[in-house]
Formats: sequence, C-alpha cells, structure tokens
Amino acid sequence: MSAITAPTGRRARRWRVPIIWWLLLATFLIAWLLVSLYGRGNFVAASTLLNIVERATALGIVAVGQTFAILVGSLDLSVAYLISVTAVMASFIMQGDPSRVPLALVVVTAIGLTVGLINGLLVTKARINPLIATLGMGLILRGLLNASFQNFAGSVPESFQVLAYGSIGPIPVPLLLFAAVVAVGALVLARTRFGAHVYAVGGDRATARLSGIRSDRIVIGAHVVASLAAVITGLYLASRLRSGAPWIGPDGVYDLESIAAVVVGGTVLAGGRGGVLGTIAGVLIFAILDVMFNQLGIGSYTKQVLRGLIIIAAVAVYAYRSREVVG
Amino acid sequence: MSDARAAPRVPAWRVALAVVGKTAPVFLVLLILIAWITYLNPRFIEPTFFLNFLRRSAPLMILAAGQLFVVVSGGFDLSQGSLVTLTVLAGALLAFGDPANTWWVILVLYGIGLLVGVFNGAVTSYLRVPSFITTLGMLLTLKGLALLITGGAPRGALPPNFRAFGRAFIEDVPLLGRLPWAVIVLVVLSALFIYLFHTTVLGKQALAIGDNQRAAALAGIHVARVRITAFVMSSLSAVTAGIMLGGFSGVSINVGDGLELEAISAVVLGGAALLGGRGNMPAALAGALTLQALFTLLNFLGLPSPIRVTVQGAIIIGAVGYAAWRAVRAGQERGA
Repeated sequence: MSAITAPTGRRARRWRVPIIWWLLLATFLIAWLLVSLYGRGNFVAASTLLNIVERATALGIVAVGQTFAILVGSLDLSVAYLISVTAVMASFIMQGDPSRVPLALVVVTAIGLTVGLINGLLVTKARINPLIATLGMGLILRGLLNASFQNFAGSVPESFQVLAYGSIGPIPVPLLLFAAVVAVGALVLARTRFGAHVYAVGGDRATARLSGIRSDRIVIGAHVVASLAAVITGLYLASRLRSGAPWIGPDGVYDLESIAAVVVGGTVLAGGRGGVLGTIAGVLIFAILDVMFNQLGIGSYTKQVLRGLIIIAAVAVYAYRSREVVG
Repeated sequence: MSDARAAPRVPAWRVALAVVGKTAPVFLVLLILIAWITYLNPRFIEPTFFLNFLRRSAPLMILAAGQLFVVVSGGFDLSQGSLVTLTVLAGALLAFGDPANTWWVILVLYGIGLLVGVFNGAVTSYLRVPSFITTLGMLLTLKGLALLITGGAPRGALPPNFRAFGRAFIEDVPLLGRLPWAVIVLVVLSALFIYLFHTTVLGKQALAIGDNQRAAALAGIHVARVRITAFVMSSLSAVTAGIMLGGFSGVSINVGDGLELEAISAVVLGGAALLGGRGNMPAALAGALTLQALFTLLNFLGLPSPIRVTVQGAIIIGAVGYAAWRAVRAGQERGA
C-alpha cells in the first residue's frame, strides 16, 4: 500500500517464489520434529495431513481472493462480514430444503458481486482509501446482519453438507474445492489478460493507465474476485456448521488473517508482485502451526501470542532482504 | 507536505488557528452534530452534561492523537486496541485492588507501552516489515498476552485511585459544576500533542517522512528515530486511554476491541491522508470528538444498536469520499 516501490529486478524475482516454499518446508519439518519429540499422535499420519488441509480450506479460499485485491494495490477488510452474511443468508434461504439450494446460491452470489462492485467503485471512482472503504463496508454489513439475525438462522440440507463432509473416492470434497479455487486463481493470474493487467495495475497504476489498461476496471474486478472468494468461504462454513451464524466471519478473523496469509506468502502489500501459490504456502504454514500447537497441547492464548510474532518474523525474513521503502 | 508554511517559531495557538481555518469541514460537521444533539436534548449543552460527553470522548481522542503521529509518517498502528485491553487487564492483575500499588503499576504499564512502541517502530524501520503487518502481528500477540496472563477472564481489580482518572470528578467548580479528571487530563494532553505535533521538529519530520521517505532521509532526517518515536507516541497514548477506560468501564477482556480502527477513522475524518504526508492535530482531535458525537446522536435517535454500526460505516465512507472529492476539485482548480 505504500506509494513508493523500488523496482527490484530479476534477481529478486528468482528467489522470491522459492523462499516461501522453503519456509513452508522448514515449518513442516520443525513441526514434525517437535511433535515427534514432545507431542502426542503421529504428525505425518494421513489424518493429520487432512486435518491441516481442512483447517486451511476456509482461510485459503478467502485468501486467494484477498491476493487479487492486494495485488492491485488495494485490500479488503469487509470479507469477514461478507462471509457471515453469505453463511447466514444461504442457510436462511435454504431452510433445510434441497430444492431451495439454487435460489440461495443465486442470492449470495448476487450479494457478493454487489459488495465487490461497491468496494471497487469506492476505491476507484470515489478515490477512497481501500482501508477505509472496505472497513466502512464491513461495518455496514455487520450492522445490517446483526439487526436481522442474532443466532443460527435456518439450516442447510444434507445434500449441501457434501461440500464440507463429502468425498469423491478417497479425496474429500473440501480438498477438491480448495484445489479448484487455487487452480482457477493461479490460472487467471498466469494465463489471462485480466491476470496480466492485475500485475500491471498493482505495479504502477498510472503507467498501466497510460499503457491503455483501464486500471479502474481491473481494480473493481479484483475486488469482485475478493468478494466472490469470501462468498465461497461463507458457503463452505455454512455447510460445515450445518447452519449460518452471524459471528462465524469475525470470529475467524478472516479479514486480518487472510491479509496476513497473503503477505506471509510473499505478495507485496503495495501490490504488483506475488501470487496465489505463495498465499497458499502462507495459509498452509498457519494451518501446520495450528495443528502443531494442538498436538503439543499449547493453549489457545499462547498460540495467539506466537502466531502474531510468527507473522512478523515471516514477513521480516524477506522484507529485510529487499531494499524497499515501507510504511 | 501541506503544513510546511507553519515554521517552528510560530506560537502553537496561532498555528492551531490557521489549521482550523484551513480544515473547516470536520469542525463544521462536529458543530452540526452537537447542534442536532442539543436540539434533541437541550440539556446536552449544559456544562455538566457536555463535560461528561468530553469525558467519554477522552480515550478515543487521545488514541487518535497518538495514531496521527504514525499515520502522517505513512504507517498504521493496529495494535492500539489490544494494548488498551492489555493495559486494563494487566493493571487489574498487578494492582489487585490495592491503592498502594497504583503508582508503580502505572509506571509498569507505561513501560510496556514504551516497549511495544519501540518494537513496532524498530521492526518497521530496521526489518522493513510494513507497519500494517508489524502492528497486526502485535495486535494478535498483545491480545493473546492479555488473555494468557489472566487466563481468559478478568482477574484482580483496579483500585479506586487508579479508576479515578476515568471516573472521578472535582465537585463544585465555578461555572462548570462537576469537572471530571479525565477532561483535565484530556485538555493538558491535547495541548501537549498540539505542541509536539505543530511546533516541535518531531511533527515536521514525521510529515516529511510520510510525504517522501527517501527525500526526508536525504535531507538529513534520522528516519528510524522519528518513526520509532511516532510509534512510541501511539503506544503511550494507548496506555493512557487504557487507564481511562479501565476507570469508567471497568475490567473486561474486550474493552479495547476495534478501538484502533475507530482511532484511524477519527484521524481520517480529521483530514489526515492515509499513507502519510498530511494531517493536523486539532482536526484529528475533532475527528475523534465527531465520531463520539455521532455515536451519541445515533443513541439519542433511538436506532437499534446494529443499525448504528451501519450508519457509522456509511458516514466514514461518506466523509472520506467527500474529502477525496474536495482534494480532486482543489487539484483541478490549481490546474494540477
């Protein structure tokens, strides 16, 4: 988000992608070692690994969307409440009736599109700082949601719970969903014109504009992607909890944690550099640490203290090596 | 750097006056809100009630003042709210209701604040971690620490002389009636903040760094030192706000939740530019007062509390959007 970004050239790009994967590997090995020495259970058991992926799914999907917002030099603080709105609206509309699932999907998608569009318009056309614009949007959603719902509303039908509990062959559906979102996100960034424009606009909005890119549209598009990813996370959580509650988004701190995951994954907060795969590594690091702390029997408060310090340390690892000016 | 014309020699009050004239919107909005509240409840403007309103606004105003130093230098301090929580919980735990403990506990709390500020500033300056991430990590860490030392539920109690800063009054003051301690502290600190920001070199250097860090460094400003000082101001103001909030709302584990975003909103309402280079202290203080007046108004209007949150969101967007629109228009008029 800092306005000043020094070009770091090719040398920087060569190590930037690997370093997060080294961090991921190191985290995994350290966690394995610690759990083997001091913990209970077998860390490399299939159940533990699946547990890691399942923990990563909800945060991972919203973080993929957040990556788009951050890549264009913006960010989205409204995702946590959009997740709640989606989960509650979906389960409220479905009321346990399988025939109402399509209607629910249409409604929550429309909500996501609207929120993303408004966020994007506020940031581009009204030139409001994204922090304030999406914070304000989050407050608006929160107020509307809490005015209408105080507790679990409705329920999702059995058939919809497949999203969280089903499996195709040996592969759990959440894992497929996660992989699909990541694949789409990575492909869009790497192979489409929109993806290329996202990097161009994030690198230097004015230059992109002068090169003939309609940068406002790209920023709006990125915000729509961020909102739609939050909608998918909301649907997944509704399916997992079998109903939607207003507090599931803010309780998971999906707004700040998704930003942290994106940045830990090597995407620059100022935009223009990074990508979905790094974000996934960041999310997996968080999930591995979560599972490790659990198996080591570390309390949730200590976990929170360590998690904060780890976020700072992880970003410091490569922030220190780049010669960038930060705010 | 739009405040460059205010040279260090000019007395603080004249700078403040000039600044007020230049950034009228927030003061106008504040006046309108106060007039509206007074229309709904004429007693609001009576000294006793108004001083009480100021007392409730004091923590947010002090937080906003501290936050302004960080914001104009181009950063954010998201750890303020968690530091407020830690201040209240650790204060209650350390003092354990014994008035004899109050003074050393307050010293310890300010020591913690100093450490947090130096850490935030040093990590941002020397390790080049964006302050958004540094202070976000700090937010999680401090909240976790507060919960950890208390075991997740408030323990101990704040002694009466500790709580006095938030809840005590001086009775029978001529003209004013009951004068809250918090308001006296607020006035003294506001004057100090305005002095520090507008007449000492610290404020100028913070603005210069926020405007163009490289240029500031080349001009001989010790960027890291100024940055660290800015984060220390922010953290110390959070400890101060925590001491006050502990006084009048008592000990709870979520006393500070979301305050950092309210403080940033207040600063932005006061016309400061996020990402640095523009901002002034009286307007930031007025921004915090405006936010508090808005909460009060929505309360008087009898809106259900969730809707108040929605209106707050809309107002923040509207105010910043208006400022952005004005900036664009001003730029066009200058032919920029």
